[in-house]
Amino acid sequence: MSAITHEHEHDHDHDHKPTGIKRWLFTTNHKDIGTMYLVFALLMFFIGGSMAMVIRLELFQPGMQFVEPQFFNQMTTVHGLIMVFGAVMPAFTGLANWMIPMMIGAPDMALPRMNNWSFWILPFAFLILLLSLFMPGGGPDFGWTFYAPLSTTYSNDSTALFVFSVHIMGISSIMGAINVIVTIWNMRAPGMTWMKMPLFVWTWFITAFLLIMVMPVLAGAVTMVLTDKYFGTSFFDAAGGGDPVLFQHIFWFFGHPEVYIMILPAFGIVSAIIPTFARKPLFGYASMVYATASIAVLSFLVWAHHMFTTGMPVFATLFFMYCTMLIAVPTGVKVFNWVATMWRGAMTFEVPMMFALAFIVLFTIGGFSGLMLAITPADFQYHDTYFVVAHFHYVLVSGAVFSIIAAAYYWLPKWTGYMYDERLGQLHFWCSLISVNLLFFPMHFVGLAGMPRRIPDYALQFADFNAFISVGGFLFGLSQLIFVWVIVKCARGGEKATAQVWEGAEGLEWQVPSPAPYHTFDTPPEVK
Amino acid sequence: MQLHRTLVSKLLLVTVLMFGFGFALVPLYDVFCEVTGINGKTSNVPATVLADGIDTSREVTIEFLARPNKDMPWIFQPEIRRLTVHPGEVHVMNYLAENPTGRMIVGQAVPSVSPGQAALYLHKIECFCFTQQQLAAGNKMLMPVQFYVDPALPAQFSTITLNYTLYDVTANWQGSAATENLGE
Ligand code: HEM
Ligand SMILES: [Cu+2]
Repeated sequence: MSAITHEHEHDHDHDHKPTGIKRWLFTTNHKDIGTMYLVFALLMFFIGGSMAMVIRLELFQPGMQFVEPQFFNQMTTVHGLIMVFGAVMPAFTGLANWMIPMMIGAPDMALPRMNNWSFWILPFAFLILLLSLFMPGGGPDFGWTFYAPLSTTYSNDSTALFVFSVHIMGISSIMGAINVIVTIWNMRAPGMTWMKMPLFVWTWFITAFLLIMVMPVLAGAVTMVLTDKYFGTSFFDAAGGGDPVLFQHIFWFFGHPEVYIMILPAFGIVSAIIPTFARKPLFGYASMVYATASIAVLSFLVWAHHMFTTGMPVFATLFFMYCTMLIAVPTGVKVFNWVATMWRGAMTFEVPMMFALAFIVLFTIGGFSGLMLAITPADFQYHDTYFVVAHFHYVLVSGAVFSIIAAAYYWLPKWTGYMYDERLGQLHFWCSLISVNLLFFPMHFVGLAGMPRRIPDYALQFADFNAFISVGGFLFGLSQLIFVWVIVKCARGGEKATAQVWEGAEGLEWQVPSPAPYHTFDTPPEVK
Repeated sequence: MQLHRTLVSKLLLVTVLMFGFGFALVPLYDVFCEVTGINGKTSNVPATVLADGIDTSREVTIEFLARPNKDMPWIFQPEIRRLTVHPGEVHVMNYLAENPTGRMIVGQAVPSVSPGQAALYLHKIECFCFTQQQLAAGNKMLMPVQFYVDPALPAQFSTITLNYTLYDVTANWQGSAATENLGE
């Protein structure tokens, strides 16, 4: 079946495709747009990463060495914003663009022109955000969570730019999410029933719903900050009858589902990679789908676990504590299913598999520290310390980011038509694995000992650990240069990849040749 | 394409509704706090019904605090720091306010009760915090709050702290402040 379709596709591969910059500016092709998202995310990963390097440089030694406290605050803020909205989310959207149409046998995304828009407004959002750092008074310095009154009463003049850029990011994600839902809903190939969809498609489908439900709430929150600061409203100002704690409720109503937006597609990626390299079908496919859906529903009921110390009444803290712990159940189902998939499998350990395995172990560590944080009385001690920083970097860096890297290695041969350099890839993996733990593991200890987050200086007793953490940070940053090297090398050439690429790989995307032709599945495949 | 259009419009509707929901959280939050009293917020509406009787078997200490916000130049303090009352008894407590500056200033006091759970049981019959207060340059005034403690106050509370933070709202003043408080 597939062979015939491809001959046919190759013919008009070279038709109507403008060249040069115009191709990229005006493209409506899901593969081009996917590539742009991924390249953009990589660029942002390095820009956000260099801010993290500034943070770690300042924290290398106690005392103030390199930067002013206010600039330090701008670095923590913009680092967070860029990594969340500029690196992780666009990377997942890029993967969705590239892979979802190919995985469900659709010729393209459902709304190709909107797709072009949703990508091209993103660079402007981040340009505005980055340029605001150069304004007199500096850029945003109130943390990525922009708590009022830090972002209202006490913020500097760049706040309007911050609000504007968050609005653009939000519009971009909402358009991307709508596109994903419509594509999956309407454009599946004949025979591709709901319960035959690859898990990456499922997890993205659910993520897209989370996006359209919470990004508008974030838009509302930044709008209220804007009007409080510039137009005299008092949503968060007690003098005018508002309440700053209300800000936190609105923000975290968005914020907690947002963290799942950053992890559900990762679950999908790992669920694609583990079966391939274990050469066994995924264990418990249906339970994976239900677990993902229940995580998504529960994610709306736990937001106040970020607010235990705001003085909530006991029954509310209990409610949010139990709901939070409940999420560990479907998450545990997933980890169990991945392990069961590997059980007695014929495993090989290519780079995508290594990153996926590291994901399972390290994400689980992050899940456990999350459970510790969910215990209300314990959180009174851990809150706003480096323990929280350790927690969310385990789930986001060695979780979400590792899954994105795994996905890149897994699908690079399909994208470029060449195998990546396995030896370099393994080097990248081991350097990343070791340095990420040097970087984030000791943060648990300094956090438990009481080192506060987002502060440019610390008590002397934390000096050794911090020097150690900083070295880990620099090593992790450097290790990612190997990744760029592997990608560039693979894009330029190498061993030719077959259509299936990996011996155990299954699914529609592996039936088209490598590199995937510009147009795939113009005539829908028949799924049995 | 028609297929896409109906789905897209439904999804857009969800988006718009959720944007509205973000704003709806503001009144919802206020209502929720008012009904449950969990935010240490007391009601903005004067209590009209008095307690059925006075519970002389019990004593509750009310502590009074006052704090001008950092941009508020008034001198602002309670007449006394604490008062021991029986639940059900109506008391009047005066706060002293003085405007030491050379200009008219309008103030708004925002009450807060701790422990938060006790907020539901502190009823204010009359309070200077219900309206904005206007004070001419150099003037002083007494600002009364008339209140009682609900006899239904759970037994674990023996002390209630009532704090007022005073804000300068001259900039937003609509001219609706209680004018009888002008001067002394
Ligand atoms: C078993 C699952 C999880 C549990 C029980 C959990 C629990 C928590 C709790 C209680 C906090 C608040 C800590 C505090 O501020 O005192 C927290 C913070 C955080 N979590 Fe998780 N979490 C889990 C999974 C995740 C995942 C999967 C992600 C993202 C991929 C994530 C990202 C974050 C972030 C970013 C913060 C910090 C937000 C901030 O204050 O800047 N968590 N988590
Ligand atoms: Cu959360």
